[in-house]
Amino acid sequence: MARENIAQLEPGESGIVDVVGGEGALHRHLLDMGLTPGVKVTLIRTAPLGDPLEIHLRGYALTLRKDDAACITLRDEEAGKA
Amino acid sequence: MSIRYTFALAGNQNSGKTTLFNVLTGANQHVGNWPGVTVEQKTGLLIHHHHGEDTHFGQPSLFGKRRADKEENRDVQIVDLPGIYSLSPYSMEEIVSRNFITLEKPDVVINIVDATNLERNLYLTMQLLQLGTPMVIALNMMDEVRAHGDVIHTDILEKELGVPVVSICARKGEGIDELVRLSVKAAEEKRKTPPLDICTGAAHKALHAITHLAEPKAQAVGLSPRYAATKLFEGDEPMQQLLGLSDDELHVIDEILVEAETAVGMERAAIMADLRYQYIERALKKAVVRKSETEGESLSDRIDKVMAHPVLAIPMFLCAMLLVFWVTFGPIGTWVADGFAALVDSAIAAIGDGLAAANVAYWLQDLMVNGVLTGVGSVLSFMPTIVILFMCLSILEDSGYMARAAFLMDKPLRKIGLNGRSFIPMMMGFGCTVPAAMAARSMSSRRDRRFTILLTPFMSCGAKVPVYALFARAFFHDNLVMVMTALYVGGILVAIAAGAVMKHVLFHGDAAPFIMELPAYRLPTPRNVLRTMWDKAKDFIQKAFTVIFLATLAVWFLQSFTIRFDMAETVQESILGGVAGFIAPIFAPCGFASVEAATAVLTGIMAKESVVSTLAVLAGVDVESTAMLNALRGVFPSTAAAMAFLTFVLLYMPCIAAFASIKRELESRRWAVLAVLGQTGLAWLCATVVYQLGMLLGL
Repeated sequence: MARENIAQLEPGESGIVDVVGGEGALHRHLLDMGLTPGVKVTLIRTAPLGDPLEIHLRGYALTLRKDDAACITLRDEEAGKA
Repeated sequence: MSIRYTFALAGNQNSGKTTLFNVLTGANQHVGNWPGVTVEQKTGLLIHHHHGEDTHFGQPSLFGKRRADKEENRDVQIVDLPGIYSLSPYSMEEIVSRNFITLEKPDVVINIVDATNLERNLYLTMQLLQLGTPMVIALNMMDEVRAHGDVIHTDILEKELGVPVVSICARKGEGIDELVRLSVKAAEEKRKTPPLDICTGAAHKALHAITHLAEPKAQAVGLSPRYAATKLFEGDEPMQQLLGLSDDELHVIDEILVEAETAVGMERAAIMADLRYQYIERALKKAVVRKSETEGESLSDRIDKVMAHPVLAIPMFLCAMLLVFWVTFGPIGTWVADGFAALVDSAIAAIGDGLAAANVAYWLQDLMVNGVLTGVGSVLSFMPTIVILFMCLSILEDSGYMARAAFLMDKPLRKIGLNGRSFIPMMMGFGCTVPAAMAARSMSSRRDRRFTILLTPFMSCGAKVPVYALFARAFFHDNLVMVMTALYVGGILVAIAAGAVMKHVLFHGDAAPFIMELPAYRLPTPRNVLRTMWDKAKDFIQKAFTVIFLATLAVWFLQSFTIRFDMAETVQESILGGVAGFIAPIFAPCGFASVEAATAVLTGIMAKESVVSTLAVLAGVDVESTAMLNALRGVFPSTAAAMAFLTFVLLYMPCIAAFASIKRELESRRWAVLAVLGQTGLAWLCATVVYQLGMLLGL
């Protein structure tokens, strides 16, 4: 099943970033942390209280909130399980 | 001695920058602020490095034979830039860093890079390279790379990036000689960093056009045209203003960029970020040989399976916090603190005896022993607790667990309008409000910083513990744990309520986005932990002998002299007693309208532990005696009044030292004054509620 954005990934699933949304500082910060179009992202886990998320990309671990993750869309192609 | 060279140390957070700085500078550190902003600036002098042997990573550099000579480098200054991920204009740390490099023009930029996380770390490198300043790259944590079986060809990286690359391991001190030697060499040669061509296709065309347009203006302000053009490409407003571009020029640049955006199919900032990462990916493909392509499960992954487990994480987190408190305030902390306090007391007694033996005037003896030494001593005896707390916090931070704590606590903190990063200052608030307010610096937005600082004083600080302990003995059958739990939880609940109100009244809008690296777990280095402990101890001693010294002098004067400047027989006759008598009726609704209680509240503003000593002095008994407990029961006629007094002590304005720190970090005297008035008002209100409820329940 295709996921539309990072917030929709299930733990263990991966996707390829398509468009990085967000305004101003948020947008820039996401790009700076390596969330650029074409990068492979794996969702590792959701925090025990339900938010934020932990994702792996470019060989490191990053945490961001579901709301912010929802503005990063994924490419249609299915990258499969990590 | 004049400074020959200045090296700027730049790198990501968690790249080992602090460790490298400590190794390079040893004890020669100066901690201050960047002008105009509350971002910490550390500078130090390079210490002498020589071992006369080759480094452990024997790859020849394109930039000279690798060899470590005996060299004196005492005239090299190192400036530690804040830990940053980019040179974007959205945080004070990033602006301070780029302004320092472009305006102050250090001789060399040493860029420390986490070799286990090259791809993301080199993103900042790509931006630093554009500044044109001579640069040396230090690949840190090479021991971990080798242990993993990977190989990084530094010679290939040097070719790809155009600057010297040195392999180091900062925590073991490996490769430091070589780093110092190549940095000094780079400074001597003044070799400008050649611009890298990272752009392709439509983006290349656009960047070329913008460079052409911006070149004269960039040169006029002393910037590298390539750097200026890249920033304009990204839509960087500070750069547009710095260059003083006209509306026409901005319009032309915008047209160029719209064309590029259409051609590439991405927004402008994304194009540039993407090009940088693509360049890095290509360079790493050539320079890095991984043992296996599939990424195995790292140690950090395995630790997080437990520490971030859906069910276990919160209990583990609570255990970690309890452990910190147990170490700090439990048997270990108490043992160290008591030993130290005994030492301070015997020193004071010895000085007192000496003064008496020397037949010094009585008032001077009294001033020295009861005024200065007792006051400073009572604060000094609190130092071990603070230092132990900072040892624990430093271990949590260096190990990488603090980031996990922020990850776990983000959601509840978000509910009161903060974010996970506020957790660390809040946590420190339980130790001391002074460093807690300082820890709020790590937050990028001023709104979040101020919000956090206003809430930290509600976290019951360590100096209030002696007050709680005394009252537990007198009123609550020595049940300190129950009293402390009630007050600590009470403080947190008040903070939550105050946060909810402030969110609607003072701090509209949302907290800054919570996007944070979760660094790999690492063993904290004793050097860094000891360094932090030493810095805090020094800070504390400095404070004890300046602010608190003056404050104790003032208090001694106020409580030793009458309004006519005669020596007061009792505290009640003194100026302080007069003021206390004047304000005491205010506390009638709280149930403790006595002069004694009011005096204790006033001296508590100097230091919270003074509440105890003041009550003892006023009763004329020893703190540890049974008479003290009886005296206390006289001042506070009911348990309800005692509870109300403890509530007031928990919540009212923090001590002078904390106020000074809060004022500095809020960057506003008005805010700071309003904050303490608000806290004191709230404390009065809560104390009244507690007393009235207590009376209703017949306590």
